[in-house]
Parts: sequence; C-alpha cells; structure tokens
Amino acid sequence: MSNNKIGWNQKSLKEMLDESESLFKDTGHYHGIDKLSLKEKDPFRYERAYASLRGALVSARETALHVAASPIVKEIGELCFGLYTPEGDSLVVSTGILVHIHTMSEAMKFMIRNNYEENPTINHGDIFLNNDPECGNVHTTDVQTIIPIFWEDELIGWAGGVTHQIDIGGISPGHTLVSCVQRFDDGVYYTCLKIGSNDIIWNDHMQTAKRSVRTPMYWELDEKCRLAGDLMIRDAVLDFIEREGVEYYKKFVREAIEEGRQIMQQRVKERLIPGRYRAASFMDLPFKEEAWQPIAKVNKISNQPLEIIVRNDGSIYLSFDGASKWGHNVANCMKGAMEGGQWVLLTQILIYRDKVNDGAYLAVEKNYPPGTWSNPGDPYLSYQAPWGNLIPAYTGMMKCISYGLFSRGFREEVVSGYSFTGDAIQGGGIYSAGPLKGERWSLSTFEISGQGLGASAVRDGLDHGYAMWNPEADLGDVETWDLFQGGVVYLARRIKPNTPGHGKYRGGGNYAGVAYIANSKQIDFFGAREGMVFHGCGGMHGGYPQATGYRLYAKNTNLEEIFQQQKPYPISDDNPNDGDFEKLIKGKITRKPNALIYPIMLENYDLIYFPMGGGPGYGDPLERDPESVRQDLNDGFYTQDIVYNVYGVVSQFNEKLEEWNIDQEATKKRREDILSERKQNSVPFEEFWNSERKKIIDDRVSEQVKVMYLESLNLSENWAKEFREFWDVPDDFLKEVN
Amino acid sequence: MTGEDKKTLERMINGELKWEELKPIISDKKDPNRFVNILEILQNKMEWNEKILIPLHEHLYVIAKDGERIVKCDCGYEFGDYQKNWKLKCRVRVRDTEETLEELYPKYMSSHPDWMELREFFCPGCFTLLDTESVPPGYPVVFNFLPDIDAFYENWLGRKAPDK
Repeated sequence: MSNNKIGWNQKSLKEMLDESESLFKDTGHYHGIDKLSLKEKDPFRYERAYASLRGALVSARETALHVAASPIVKEIGELCFGLYTPEGDSLVVSTGILVHIHTMSEAMKFMIRNNYEENPTINHGDIFLNNDPECGNVHTTDVQTIIPIFWEDELIGWAGGVTHQIDIGGISPGHTLVSCVQRFDDGVYYTCLKIGSNDIIWNDHMQTAKRSVRTPMYWELDEKCRLAGDLMIRDAVLDFIEREGVEYYKKFVREAIEEGRQIMQQRVKERLIPGRYRAASFMDLPFKEEAWQPIAKVNKISNQPLEIIVRNDGSIYLSFDGASKWGHNVANCMKGAMEGGQWVLLTQILIYRDKVNDGAYLAVEKNYPPGTWSNPGDPYLSYQAPWGNLIPAYTGMMKCISYGLFSRGFREEVVSGYSFTGDAIQGGGIYSAGPLKGERWSLSTFEISGQGLGASAVRDGLDHGYAMWNPEADLGDVETWDLFQGGVVYLARRIKPNTPGHGKYRGGGNYAGVAYIANSKQIDFFGAREGMVFHGCGGMHGGYPQATGYRLYAKNTNLEEIFQQQKPYPISDDNPNDGDFEKLIKGKITRKPNALIYPIMLENYDLIYFPMGGGPGYGDPLERDPESVRQDLNDGFYTQDIVYNVYGVVSQFNEKLEEWNIDQEATKKRREDILSERKQNSVPFEEFWNSERKKIIDDRVSEQVKVMYLESLNLSENWAKEFREFWDVPDDFLKEVN
Repeated sequence: MTGEDKKTLERMINGELKWEELKPIISDKKDPNRFVNILEILQNKMEWNEKILIPLHEHLYVIAKDGERIVKCDCGYEFGDYQKNWKLKCRVRVRDTEETLEELYPKYMSSHPDWMELREFFCPGCFTLLDTESVPPGYPVVFNFLPDIDAFYENWLGRKAPDK
C-alpha cells in the first residue's frame, strides 16, 4: 500500500472511481445506496446541509463574476461552479451556464483515470486548468479551473468553475469559430494541466497563457475569477465539515447524488408515459462555397435522429443511432459536450425545482454512435463549435419529452423546441484611431443568449429570452456590448418580423441588429446559424418551424456621407425581398440564404445585419385566436401578408390610431378558404409515398441530401433497415462507400 | 400544490388562463390526479363515446373500440391501430419549391428546396393540420410517439387499462 494515496480510507482515487462505477453497475444505485438514511433520520439537517452548500456555490458565482473583466462573464453571467465527490460526480451546482457542470465531471475522471495522483500529483492548493473537449468540455473557448479539496490527508472533493472566453487564440479572432477543420485551428488546448500550487497560479503559465490569446487582460482576470470562486467553495466545504463532521459529509454527498437519481426517475414516472419517442432534427453545414481549405469544401446536412425510450422503471434511454458522419468542420461533438447538452436540458424540463446534480446524469443511458458527429473518436478533428450539431439535435429531446408531458396531462410543461443560439456577430480587429489605437479588439456580443423559445400547448413561446445551455438566459444590455466590442457600433436593435414559428400558439419572437464598423482596421467578421434548413426538428402538433436565418452585409458603402448629411440609414431588414439596405445606401450589398459564413474582411463604414431566431410553433395556426394575431401585428412579430396566408386573418392598419384591426367576417371566410385549399393541395398518403420514393429512387435529390443518406445508412444497420423497409427498396440500395 | 380544480384545468386546455394563473400551476408540485382529471374533461368534450386511453395529441386520442386500440381524431375520423404511425393515414402536402415556401415565410427566411422540404399532415376528416415535418427530401416519415399503454396503467397508475 502506498502512503501517498489520497482517497478515502487509504484508497487511491482510481480505486474509489472503479468501486463507485462497479457498485452502480451492480445495483443501479449510486454507490449502491438504495435507502436515503440521512434524510430519513433527520430530514431538516439533511435539507439544511444541501441548502447551505447550494447557497455557498451561488454566492461564489455571484461574487466571482465581479472579479472577471470579460463582458460575457460580467454582463450575462456566462460562468458556473460545481462541487464534486472525489470520483468527480457533481453534488451541488451554482446558477449560470449549467451545461458545463457535467463536462467538468468528465475532466476530473480523466485526471483520475490517467493517474494524476502519482504524476503530476494532487495536493492541497493545487490548481488545474482544462479546456480539452476530449477529456471533458464542450469547446476550447469554455475554460475550466478545478481545485482539489482536502480534509486532513484525504481528498474530500473537487471544486470547479467555468467561464466562456472572448477569444481562445484560434484560427480567427472570436469565441465560437467557424473556419477550423482540425484540432490545431481550435486555439490553445489545456488538457487538465496543473497551473498552480499553494493557491497561486504559476507565473510561467500565466505568461504563456496571455500570449496564447488575443485578449490577455480578459484571460488573466477570468482565470482569477474562476479560482476565486473555487476557493470560496473550498472554504464553505471546510466550514461545513467543521460544523457537521467529516463522516456526515462523506455520507451526505453520496446520498444527495442518489437522491438526485431517484428524483429524476420519480419525475419521469410522475410526468411522462412509458414508450418510444422519436424526432428528426437537422443542421446545414454549407461549406462548399465558403471554406478556404480544400478538404472542407463540402455541403453537408447533419442527420440528428433521436430516439428516447422511457422505461418501466422511470429510467431513460437516449440514442442518436443513424446520425451523420463526423466532418472536416467545426461542429464535431465529443462525449462531454453531448453529456452536458442532455443533462442541462433535463434539468430544465423535468427536475427544475429539485436537487440538480449528476444523479440526473446517472438516470439516463446514452448511445452516441461511434464515427458519427456525436462521437467521432478522433481527437485531431476540430471541436471548436460542437454547438452546431448539439443545439439543433437536442430540440428533439425537448419535443420527445413534451409528447410525454402532453399525454400525461401536463400541457403547461410542453415546449415545442427552441431557436439556435446563433448569429452572434463575431470576429475582431485593431483600433486605427482613438485612445486605444493599435490595440486588438475581439467581438464579444452574447446577445445570442436571448433566443425565441418554442410554444407550449397552452401559451406562446417566450420572446427573445432563451438559451438552451443557460437556464438563466439574458441577452444583456446593448450599451455594454457597445463598450466592449471595439470597432463594431450598433445602429439599431429592433423586433424582426416573421421570426416566430406559426401555430395555435406561436413560437417566441426575436429581434435583429444593425451595426457598422468604426475606427478600426484588419477586421475579421463571421457569423453562424441555420440558413438552408429549418432549425432542429421544427414545430409540434401542427405548429411550424421558426424562420431561418440569412446573411446580409454591405461593403464599400457611402455611410460616412450619409452620416455627414444626416440622411436615413438602414435600421432593419423587415422585408428581405425589398430591403432598406438596397434603398438607403450605396455599396456592395451581399445577401445569402446561408447564414453560416467563413470570415470576411471588413472596413470602416461597412454595415452588418444579424437577425436572431424565433421559436417553433404549436398546433394548427388556423386555431389561433384572431385577437392574438392582432396583437402580433401590433407588436411587429408578423406582417399582414403572412397572417393572411398562414393564419387566415384579414387585417387593416388604422393610420390615425397607428394600430392593426381585424376584419372578423373576412377572416372567417378566409379560414374556410384555407381549409378548402388544404383539400385541393394535399394528396392521400399513398400518393405522397410514391412521389417521395421516386425522388430517391430516381436520384432526384441534391448531393448533400444523398451524402446524408449514404452516411446514415453506412453507419447504422438499424437505421438502414428501417429506411429501406419504409421505402420498400432493396438491401443494396444506396450502399456506395462514402 | 395548487388547488387545481377541473374548471381551471379546462380553462387551461382552452388557453384561457392568464400568466398569473398559469405560473403557479407550472411552478408548484403536480397534482397526482392530473391524468385522470384531464381524461375526464377531454372525454366529456368528445361527441363520440369510446373510452379514451391516452390523449396522444391536441386532436388525436388512443381509444378502445371493439376490442382494439385505435387512434381517433376529435372530429371522429379513425386512423386505425395505434401501434402504426397515424401519419400514414393523413392527407399530405409537400412544400418543396421556393414559391410554396414563400407563402408561409418571407424570402430568405425558409429552408432551401435543395436541402429540405416542409410536409404538412392533415386529418382526412376535418383537414386540421396535425403535424409538420421539416426534413430533407426522401426522409422516412417520423413515428413521433408509441406509448406503452399497459405498462403505464398497470405499473405506473397501479390499475388495469380501462379496456382490460
């Protein structure tokens, strides 16, 4: 027996982890605990214990964010903290961007499995840094600081904190890059690296780190922010042990995680119905014309089929069997990203008022098929923007769970989906004038945190207020972004018409911004969201998907002259078919249906437009109350032509009162006409089946659609079998090697 | 737990609750009788008499009829065995041109026909829009939800299904 084992009862951490996993495998309970004895014996002490730790973590986050300088962290709280067992299982979490709670768990297990206990050793006061997706992260831009917590000679747990960086030193300035095709483009990688001891971050690390990114001040202060939060958590845990005793703490942490697991299964049994749920989500990766690198010049559609089995015992099985292959693009997902995504959504849908910890993770069995975008198995690919697959893919989970919630009678809990948290204006440049002349700036806006949420079965979706990865989504103040994002100056931010998905209950609506470039040079600019496909898995129970994004910018403009002459300039693009850019400015105006673009160079007085997404709709739009449609018109969420075509609502604008009115009789007639049009324009299913089948049999689909089928058919026998049976095609149909 | 009476639930189903009324229902503990109460409200709303086993959709129900379990629309149209995808009995419209998509979305704000099509599934009885699918051309029709009815009643509710 080695004397330097730091686990409990003179075990190594690896022995503890092996034992924990073995007990769970054998018993189905965390550490084999089937009885919550502490809770049963003294529930008040137990709940007080949980509440005091929870309070300590929330307090750590609220305090630490004031140490940071990055507006992403300070303005919208893009950070979170967790407390973990020695095996790396989360016990209590703070508020904030909770998608990262389980990713840090994976990082701790990586250190344990790779024998960090022996080398580089784990001691009181040590500080570890991680941002490597392969061992537990979403992408390099999310940076974790992890410290061990010791009580006497035993490691009693870990504290971990994450912040999102403005820049991570990748192929282009920015935080979620689009032009990476391999690991070496993703920016600086830290693979669970020891960066300090005795609670001090080593100077040599800090010097290196600050030279590895374009925003060294933000790096330094964000790193100190994470460490400050971790140290506050450590102090709180040691106070807890002084108060309650170490034996109570040891029992408590395991029991609280088992309780989290049991709560998850109880909620499933309380709110869902056992059975099989399915959804099909997609994302476009239109790189054929965009990419610089020959290997990346491919148009792809990501197939993201999701199956969820709700089992008799209340556990959940989740599978992406049939998913598309990984790609030479930024959207590959490692396990940590997939786990973080599913975990954070479950905490929002099913256990939002309960103990949120890794118990929920343990209650779900996952299948991320090897070789797909959800589990590529190759660390040398790019993992810079896994959100490109992860976010649309998990709309399917929200919809599947919502089918169950609806059937069980909990219509108020239904959410049909959400928008892609995309189209942040991204990039960077150098100030060419003013007091900061010569300094670099990186675009940092995180307005993307305010997206449209899908409609529920009893009300409209939340407008501009949701991000799937942060249950406390907040788009922040435009004035703050203006201060920090250098040469990109806002001209307008206002409601973008026709973004919500149509339905009896519409999806949440959203806004769009216009900005121009000022006092800068060497400006990189790029953006990303869905454009060629509808986002995720669309609407629910007859609701439609929300509108897609698109790309609009103007170069070589006469904006300087317009400002000097005080003439009107574009503040919106309400009607993309008859846009204000074309009407009000001179210059080279680019409109593209694909919202995802590689970096372009901009110059002063160039103009950019960035529309955020709405949420998907719920139910047949013809059942929407015309009065609600009138409100939509007055709020600017829809335009007259769209409500006429989709909702069958006939409206007139009262110029004097500046409001919309509904013609009730004409609306009644228009809705009857739409029902008649449905009869005329639809066909029996068999006719539809024959027509669709011919599209694939006759090879009348585009290259990207065909490649998507080839990949899924080759990667999954089950998916291939169902596909070929559904279309009644032979076993060798579409069997080319791709 | 809020004192959710059936009248409140019925108003919720009809979309009549204000946010101030809905918020406590979302935030509070759930009524363990919710399923039974909702089933009773829905059953009373139907103009047909067959027993609803599971509300499947805003307009569709798994019902017991002549010893079988079938999917039925509130308009009375019957889709057949609940274990088969009810969409395979629908009338379907496919929007796979820019022209038909731009009836619903402004230019640049919908999927492109080379990448995706928008399918609309209508009830053949009442032509209510029951589902939409936004999928690449040639994608198999998605079977949204297949409930395990007996497991639900026997193991989770502790009684036999009403048709057993």
